Amino acid sequence: MSVAGDLPKAGAPSRAWVIPLAARIEGLLLPVAALLAGFAAFALFLLLLGKSPVDFFALVYKAGFGTAFSWSNTLSRAAPLLLAALCVAVPARLGLVVIGGEGAIVLGGVMVGGLALPLSGWPPLIAMPLLACMAALAGAVWIGAVGALRQWRGVNETIASLLMAYIAIALMNHMVEGPLRDPASLNKPSTAPLAEALRVGDLPGWNVHWGLAVAVLACIFAWVLIDRTTIGFAARIAGGNIRAAQVQGLPVGKLVIGFTALGGAFAGLAGYFEVSAVHGSANASLASGYGYTGILIAFLARHNPLAIIPVALLLAGFEASSGLVQRRMDLPDATMTVLQGFVFVAILASETFTGRLNLAALLTKGEQR
Amino acid sequence: MRDAAPLDAPGTAAPHRGRAIGIETVGMTMRFGAFTALDDVSIEVKPGSFHALLGENGAGKSTLVKCIMGFYHASAGNLLVDGFDGDIGDPRDAHAKGLGMVYQHFTLVPALTAAENLVISRADVPAIVNWDRELADLTAFMEAMPFKVPLTEPVHRLAAGEKQKLEILKQLYLGRGFLILDEPTSVLTPDEADEVLGHVRKLCEAGDLSVLMITHKFREVTAFADEVSVLRRGKHVGSGRVADLSHADMAAMMMGDAKPAAPAPRAATEGATVLDLSGIRARDRSGLKEIAIDALSVRAGEIVGIAGISGNGQMELMEILTGQRPMTRGSMQVNGAPYRASRAQSRRLKVRYLPEEPLHNACAPRMSVAENIAFRSFEARGDDTRLWLANGEMRRRADHLVADYKVKTTSVDSPIAALSGGNVQRAVLARELDGEVDLLIISNPCFGLDFTAVAEIRARIMSARNTGTAVLLMSEDLDEILELSDRVCVMSEGALVYECSAAEADIATIGQHMGGHA
Repeated sequence: MSVAGDLPKAGAPSRAWVIPLAARIEGLLLPVAALLAGFAAFALFLLLLGKSPVDFFALVYKAGFGTAFSWSNTLSRAAPLLLAALCVAVPARLGLVVIGGEGAIVLGGVMVGGLALPLSGWPPLIAMPLLACMAALAGAVWIGAVGALRQWRGVNETIASLLMAYIAIALMNHMVEGPLRDPASLNKPSTAPLAEALRVGDLPGWNVHWGLAVAVLACIFAWVLIDRTTIGFAARIAGGNIRAAQVQGLPVGKLVIGFTALGGAFAGLAGYFEVSAVHGSANASLASGYGYTGILIAFLARHNPLAIIPVALLLAGFEASSGLVQRRMDLPDATMTVLQGFVFVAILASETFTGRLNLAALLTKGEQR
Repeated sequence: MRDAAPLDAPGTAAPHRGRAIGIETVGMTMRFGAFTALDDVSIEVKPGSFHALLGENGAGKSTLVKCIMGFYHASAGNLLVDGFDGDIGDPRDAHAKGLGMVYQHFTLVPALTAAENLVISRADVPAIVNWDRELADLTAFMEAMPFKVPLTEPVHRLAAGEKQKLEILKQLYLGRGFLILDEPTSVLTPDEADEVLGHVRKLCEAGDLSVLMITHKFREVTAFADEVSVLRRGKHVGSGRVADLSHADMAAMMMGDAKPAAPAPRAATEGATVLDLSGIRARDRSGLKEIAIDALSVRAGEIVGIAGISGNGQMELMEILTGQRPMTRGSMQVNGAPYRASRAQSRRLKVRYLPEEPLHNACAPRMSVAENIAFRSFEARGDDTRLWLANGEMRRRADHLVADYKVKTTSVDSPIAALSGGNVQRAVLARELDGEVDLLIISNPCFGLDFTAVAEIRARIMSARNTGTAVLLMSEDLDEILELSDRVCVMSEGALVYECSAAEADIATIGQHMGGHA
């Protein structure tokens, strides 16, 4: 048969292992290159301002990763970032670009703030899990609604989630300044503070709250779900080609709503830890942009929940150092946002190189000679 | 402002208006990396000739015409236009020299009229168009043509044949003296095809035009072309006058040593009704027209072929059958039980699907071959379902099916998009035919595949039928329907308008029903 004869028989077995390896290398190479390109563009921006890029990155290192104190600062910021990134990465497996995690964080926080008084006398063993679940539920309903709108009404999930984040922030402002306002909070309207007994403490021996451990576990859980279960496989089919999933009779609607809701639940959980471990009550500080940084992290991690962990640490370090860097180098407030913008544009541009590097050919070059 | 009639104006000017151009490729070679798509091809199209270019898929026909039109830059070789060096750097150069191309699919703007389409196709549309004047010019142009198209009708109201005529008129209007037609009749009924090609032939005979037509229909070559060239695997393997060649000669040149497909043997079968559709009504894609299937049944061990020109409701019928399009009325039953195409139902009732263009409709292109092969059964463990993905089992099953169905792939871990069309179809066929199958629903299974793959896939379908599978086959390829079917239905305007047994099938009658003329 002439068809079978075209296959280079001898080369085939030695090349078989190269394909997944090449895909893996490419998956690592592209985001790293994009990150470096973003940094390089940002360095030019600093030079234009007359500042030294070397000083900048040295300061970021010192303030983000240089000392035990800076590590604890970085790690506490990593917790909400990890969960916010999952809110993007989980729906992304279905091909959905959800960018409104900020709304779910805020609503999760408001839920905790609102329940602070009613639950104040409850035993912590019951009240704390309940608070966490309610915050996750608030996020799940919010982002799940984005999935439902997408599935049943064909509304673009990217725009819907972004606009719903604005609605969520407005809702928070209304609740915090109105019905849920603690009369004692004068300068900064807040909800009633959470009882000390219900606050989330630090990890034993660390200066970092429990949220970090939960967030890392959430990443592992999401990875197992997507990579190792049949549910995740069904979602990957739907994300890879929705028509194929439909022809196979897969429950696409349930998957869309389920995965968006799960992403929202993670973000809601971030809100829970922000209130119960950091702020103590819900107020405008909840909308501090973690949801948006989470988008960048998820894209840099190529929506792989395990890769989110190192990327979130890196970005958390930048966030943690921003105050110091701005003051020392006399840079504007928006500096870190500018850096994130450069990196984000670079990562989006790098996507166009996917599958074009032909690493498999490079890897087998030696053998063919 | 324009003073002159469009045809004489600078820029649009038809340098060769009314005169056929001859072209010749000399040693044309095109390499993509290590792959040679075109190998030292020399073909001459004499002025005024109607030259057919035959070849299997992947033989290099498209590459050759893309080199001629300047879309590709040949790695070696020359193009002569009227005996002089063509020196064509991009499609604009080709157009300026009077070379034009009509594509397989229409390039007209549906919402605009024929006149508007013609005017905007010019290279030098003025900022302000004097429509009265243009219309007068166009009417005069149309008068001089051997065939006409209504100028003021929006193009979407024209029939497919009219649109194809307009595409050709557009090329003449732009002053082209050499035309490449890329499978120009694939969207036409047999009658429309004959009419359009008849007109083109007359233009050639009158010395207004030379034509190079890519086709795979021998009938059209014999009826209209005067010369033919054949490509096989990038090489020019033969040319000749059509009058001197039989269909068998041409087929032999196209296929080389490969043996022509002997139609798969058909066993006598008898079985109970498996699929039964009655009184079905549904909206079509546009939401304006209705799909109406009054009665359609397929019994075990039978292939029912649904013929029709694309866009007459076949896609919608497929969507109804796969549960993606809601029915407003009617019932769909499989083995006597109501059927809604859920995953559980299709597994229990052993219903399988082979949608057209499998890479786009039945695969996730970036997922691996093994994963794609697992789509149908990844969560099944006997009658139970499983939560944990069994990667090892998935791979073993894929290895086994890839070997059984001769899927050519470097590894089952390669993304399925890296496979050729025939191998994607083999992989999908392996997935859908594995195990017991009671009902197989297929749409255009051989679209864009080469001879070997086509023969093999048709043999698989036939052998499924012979072992008692009920097969519903929707295809735009009438030859395929006639080769495989036991019973033929014709779909037109969303309804089944004609039915006959394969024995009494007559191409002319079927063609008329396809075009809605009966």
